[in-house]
Amino acid sequence: MKISFLINGTKKMVEVAENTPLLWVIRDMLDLKGTKFGCGKAACGACTLHIDGNAIRSCSYPIQFAEGKEITTIEGLGNEANPHPVQQAWIEEIVPQCGYCQPGFMMATAALLAKNPNPTDEDIDATITNVCRCATYFRMRKAIHRAAELAQINPENIEENV
Amino acid sequence: MSKEKKKISRRKFIVRGGLGTMGVLAIGTYIFRNSIRRGIAGAMNTGEIPYNGDTSSPIIWFEVSSDNQIVLHSPKVEMGQGTFTGLAQMAADELEVSMEQMKVVHANSISGNLDGFATGGSTSISTLWVPLRELAATMREMIKNQAASKMGVAAADLQLNNGICSSNGETMTYAEVVQGVSEWTIPDTPVLKNLKDYKYIGKPVARVDLKDKVFGAPIFGMDATMPEMLYGSVVRPSAIGAKFLDADISKAEKMPGVVKVVKEKDFVGVVANSQTEAENAKNMINVQWQVERSWQTADIEAMIAVGEGEPFVIQKEGKAKSILEDSKEIISAEYKSPIGAHAQLEPNGALAYVEEDKATIIMSTQVVKITRDEIAERIGLNKDQVNIVPTFLGGGFGRRLHTPNGMQAAVLSKAVGKPVKCFFTRKEEFQNDTFRPPTHHLLKATLTPEGLIEALEHNVSSGDVAFGSPMVPRIAEPLLGADLGAWRGGMIQYEGIPNYRTISWRKKLPFATSWWRSLGLLANTFAVESFIDELAVKAKKNPVTFRIDQIQDNDRGFRLKEVIKAAAEKSGYTDEVVNGRAMGFAASTDVNTPCAQVAEVSIENNEIKVHKVTCAMDPGLVINPDQVKAQCEGAIIMGISASMFEKMEVEDGELTPTIYGPYQMATIRNAPKEIDLVLLQNSDHPGAVGEPPLGPIGAAVANAVFRLTGKRLRSMPLSLV
Repeated sequence: MKISFLINGTKKMVEVAENTPLLWVIRDMLDLKGTKFGCGKAACGACTLHIDGNAIRSCSYPIQFAEGKEITTIEGLGNEANPHPVQQAWIEEIVPQCGYCQPGFMMATAALLAKNPNPTDEDIDATITNVCRCATYFRMRKAIHRAAELAQINPENIEENV
Repeated sequence: MSKEKKKISRRKFIVRGGLGTMGVLAIGTYIFRNSIRRGIAGAMNTGEIPYNGDTSSPIIWFEVSSDNQIVLHSPKVEMGQGTFTGLAQMAADELEVSMEQMKVVHANSISGNLDGFATGGSTSISTLWVPLRELAATMREMIKNQAASKMGVAAADLQLNNGICSSNGETMTYAEVVQGVSEWTIPDTPVLKNLKDYKYIGKPVARVDLKDKVFGAPIFGMDATMPEMLYGSVVRPSAIGAKFLDADISKAEKMPGVVKVVKEKDFVGVVANSQTEAENAKNMINVQWQVERSWQTADIEAMIAVGEGEPFVIQKEGKAKSILEDSKEIISAEYKSPIGAHAQLEPNGALAYVEEDKATIIMSTQVVKITRDEIAERIGLNKDQVNIVPTFLGGGFGRRLHTPNGMQAAVLSKAVGKPVKCFFTRKEEFQNDTFRPPTHHLLKATLTPEGLIEALEHNVSSGDVAFGSPMVPRIAEPLLGADLGAWRGGMIQYEGIPNYRTISWRKKLPFATSWWRSLGLLANTFAVESFIDELAVKAKKNPVTFRIDQIQDNDRGFRLKEVIKAAAEKSGYTDEVVNGRAMGFAASTDVNTPCAQVAEVSIENNEIKVHKVTCAMDPGLVINPDQVKAQCEGAIIMGISASMFEKMEVEDGELTPTIYGPYQMATIRNAPKEIDLVLLQNSDHPGAVGEPPLGPIGAAVANAVFRLTGKRLRSMPLSLV
């Protein structure tokens, strides 16, 4: 079937089987590789992106439901010239090790901060449930708090750079 | 006591290899009479295996780009451990360029810059510490000599700084110097700079791959693409020990998007136009497997018990055996650890393109050379016609120390004549992992009237780790006797004890067990350091002084004592429970890096909560303190995950669970909110970093739980219920 949606500010139309997971459309048809495959069952969060501002695990999101939606991936969150506060905080705290799961964590964090600009440790524990095998969680927690600070200094930056 | 010194002899570039230059033995007295066995055992325990690749010429290591960047082609792969950054610091300092000018990429196998062994064992920085700086210094001299000739000045009058050669106000960039030069003379190896003159070595510079990883650049094996690329999927068994007999592919061949179903003598796979179509078609293949037996967890536990199979004494001092046989007051305890999964986030996979006279395979692997050789043999090309293009790894942890999936992707590509990308599903990852083997430990001891250990014995039974690996030739097994991966961390490090011995029991399990970050260290340290704590309690001693009092006075002992003292001081270690929290202490020595940790723990709703971990480690000379800290933080939390939550079971012939969640792992809520690190540097040579801090954490947590509850947890994953 034909599906149209907005991704990182650009309108796209794809023709694909309706049950194809959104993740594979984004990775293989639109060639945006920042969103990762980890488990295919929405259990690890490596494929997290935003649909209409909500954090969604795209490996388990059939493409048919994307019609008319606004999608943001890590590539649309920010860039080197204009990083999202979450990305800026991740750089300041030097969070990534292998780096594979990090886009999913940054997308989950950006969605959390958009709804809850100053999350407590308990909020973070309850919301950020992705898996990182390098276990960079210690720096992630620091980076999440730092991102909240950065976003409050420049509130306009919390808007996605699409 | 003086710092441990390493002799560094100057030489011309030579190809290093072989096992001829073994260093000191790390722990205890080896009883191996055979000198090769002694040498290999010592090397495995100290990380003293020399770098096994070509260091004869900087040409295959460095490249100068036209915008005056230095590209370092690394034969070591980057899997998160920070090696690329450390190597860049080492090279930049000798090359006289800034960190901003350094770019690090993976060396392709056809470049000739090929590690003969692997990336693993926490050895990348330590083994390249001398050779890489020598290569960089030589490259610098080559550029300087060439600049002198181009600029018409004496080399001695040139200053090199930030990639620019200058003399009396005239300048030339390295890029300008190398332009048009096709023949280089390699000079004698220059004298390396003094440590104090380095700008980057020893400093917490940011990771060189930081921005790629924050902005989502396509750097992993799974991100690779080629024009006209197709998608493959290989059928993998769910049952333990299943052997491929035959497959009915008639239904799969009719599925939408299928290009070809490929049936080989040992596996069957499908090639399709998309990932989803490949998976859907694969599920329609009906494979006949030969399964000998339906295994259960109880079968595996029975196999792994100490006393089953053949014992091999790997450490012996004094008369532990007879003392423990004769004494009536033996203290004894048993410990267990479960099967552990690697669970790295990027599944195994590869993109292969096999053409008539060459093949290109882009993939995440820790063993570039072994994978290349395996592929060449299977598809009938020469080794130098097969190019492995290594990518960043979405986690290694030992999972990619054998990657035959590269060969399978190549076979599929050859069958269709197009590039084919082929990945494991998560279920396949969990059921076809090369697991951390389960272990069983039996410890026995006697105490002196003064409350010191008179005799101590550690029996460890484990599935294979090094044995069976393509990195360890079969011939090494009888030579070594005991699996050097399984006993890692199992030897007694308190050499002040007059009588001690360690006995290894080998078990070959019906599923693959192999390298898992730190190998036997996690389980062995859990067992031994929990038992040492039991003995300290029995002797009514403080667990810190109890340990210090039984460490021998030599360089090794000095470094171990220093980390123990530092961890105790920094944490303010006490046996008392304060505000509902207790502390637990443990220490280990791994590949010559001693590490001590204190865990601060409470119980909330019957769950163990780790609030704070203090870690003191001495990895020798530190190249990048920030990344050493990152490795400690990650290893501590990965260790918490493995010792408190993770466990694979065997049910009706299958390994289970097969997905994250049911395979419970630490998430951010389980990570301690405070991690306090003390880095000591009592050696002038960089040592192991990535694995040693995984050692003490399990015992540190369990020892804290004992102080809090009086309950001794002797089985991982640690649980109060």
